[in-house]
Amino acid sequence: MQFEFPSFQSPDAGRGAWSVGELTDYIKEVLELDPELQDVRVVGEISNLARAASGHLYFTLKDAQAAISCVMWRSDAQRLRWQPEHGAAAEAWGRISVYPPRGSYQLVVDTLRPAGAGDLHARFEQLRERLRAEGLFDEDRKRPLPAFPRVVGVVTSPQAAALRDVRTVLERRYPLVRVLLAPAMVQGDQAPPQIVAALQTLDARDDVDLILLVRGGGSLEDLWAFNDERVARAVAACRHPVISGVGHETDSTIADFVADLRAPTPSAAAELAVPDQIELRQKLDAWRQGLLGYMERLLDQMQQALQGHQRSLQRLSPQARVDTHRQQIDDLLRRASRALAHDLSLRRSELAGRQARLATLSPQATLERGYAIIRLADSGEVVRSTGQVRAGDALAIRVQDGTFGAEASSEWKGETKEVRE
Amino acid sequence: MSDDMSTLSFEQSVGELEVTVKRLEEGDLSLTDSIALYERGMRLVQHCNDLLDAAELQVQELA
Repeated sequence: MQFEFPSFQSPDAGRGAWSVGELTDYIKEVLELDPELQDVRVVGEISNLARAASGHLYFTLKDAQAAISCVMWRSDAQRLRWQPEHGAAAEAWGRISVYPPRGSYQLVVDTLRPAGAGDLHARFEQLRERLRAEGLFDEDRKRPLPAFPRVVGVVTSPQAAALRDVRTVLERRYPLVRVLLAPAMVQGDQAPPQIVAALQTLDARDDVDLILLVRGGGSLEDLWAFNDERVARAVAACRHPVISGVGHETDSTIADFVADLRAPTPSAAAELAVPDQIELRQKLDAWRQGLLGYMERLLDQMQQALQGHQRSLQRLSPQARVDTHRQQIDDLLRRASRALAHDLSLRRSELAGRQARLATLSPQATLERGYAIIRLADSGEVVRSTGQVRAGDALAIRVQDGTFGAEASSEWKGETKEVRE
Repeated sequence: MSDDMSTLSFEQSVGELEVTVKRLEEGDLSLTDSIALYERGMRLVQHCNDLLDAAELQVQELA
């Protein structure tokens, strides 16, 4: 007789035998319905770390006594801001689940932090509150940024991507600026004193207009130097304005709070530091258009004013008065010549009158009345007395209608018949 | 007002441009002054553009 294996399918033995799948399902149910196991926080050391091509993260958390398999799905794993490493102490949040094909249980981790992060958080909060109470974050401490910085100091690691980002942005936006790099480690114990020294070096220079304090993204530990009180106080002590750009958008550091302006990333810090040449060129163009328009209006105005003046000048021109005067002069001339002519004719007729009167008084009239004028023919002398004449003298005797000659003979003894007129 | 602007920084140029435009906008200038300011303004615009065109980012690492 052959030995009979008990049949798995047999319903006879009590509640009967489980299939492996059934059992596993049951265990899965038990574990996954326990609220205690569905919200687990566990601390341990990371080992057997493997990142699958799919992006999921597999590792084991262990301590001296035990180990537990962990998986972190890609969606959670890619939010990690630090690089978990083999041997690192970590704190994991998640839920227990069962993986039936292997019959294993595992912790599905949604959040993984370096162990001690909780302490860091507490220290961060404490320092922030203390500095806030001191007034280091006050708005009225914030200094205005220069509109056109000539020299921008940058505190960061020379090798870091942050510096490359800053350079790229400055080159694109405002290549007029000169960059002074004060190198400093931005991670580790040496970072805070080096950052402080770099800040002080830049701040001591008079040619620096603005300081950028930047670092790329990282875990809370990676960024811890920027939560250092020495760094915070060095930023506060700067006489030049400081722009911080540390980590990614969601990171906040103490340095961010103290800085005059806080940028979410190094690139953003560079953007805030300088004007954009595209906008500047547009503005310059607007100015040029404004100037051209102004000049056009001015010339228009001047031309109109000129035309106005020309009209006014024409209206007020002395030409009209000159014309009036000219006419007056003509008028006067006419009147004068008329008056003159009148006067002349007056004088002429007066002259005629005088002539007539003169004629009556002239010797002619006397001659006509029968008198004669006797002159010595030689001298032309008018004979007024007998003593002037000697016998034989030639005489010219003028009568009314002419002159005839005669010769004086002797003294006249006879009588002369007087003719009365 | 110096005629040579090659030594003017971008900031100085833009500052002077702002003043120039403002003075022109306020008016009350002689034609000669206006034209002088206008020409100065246009040359400042050109200078600023030239500065931007010629600029190359300089990076110096402090020891």
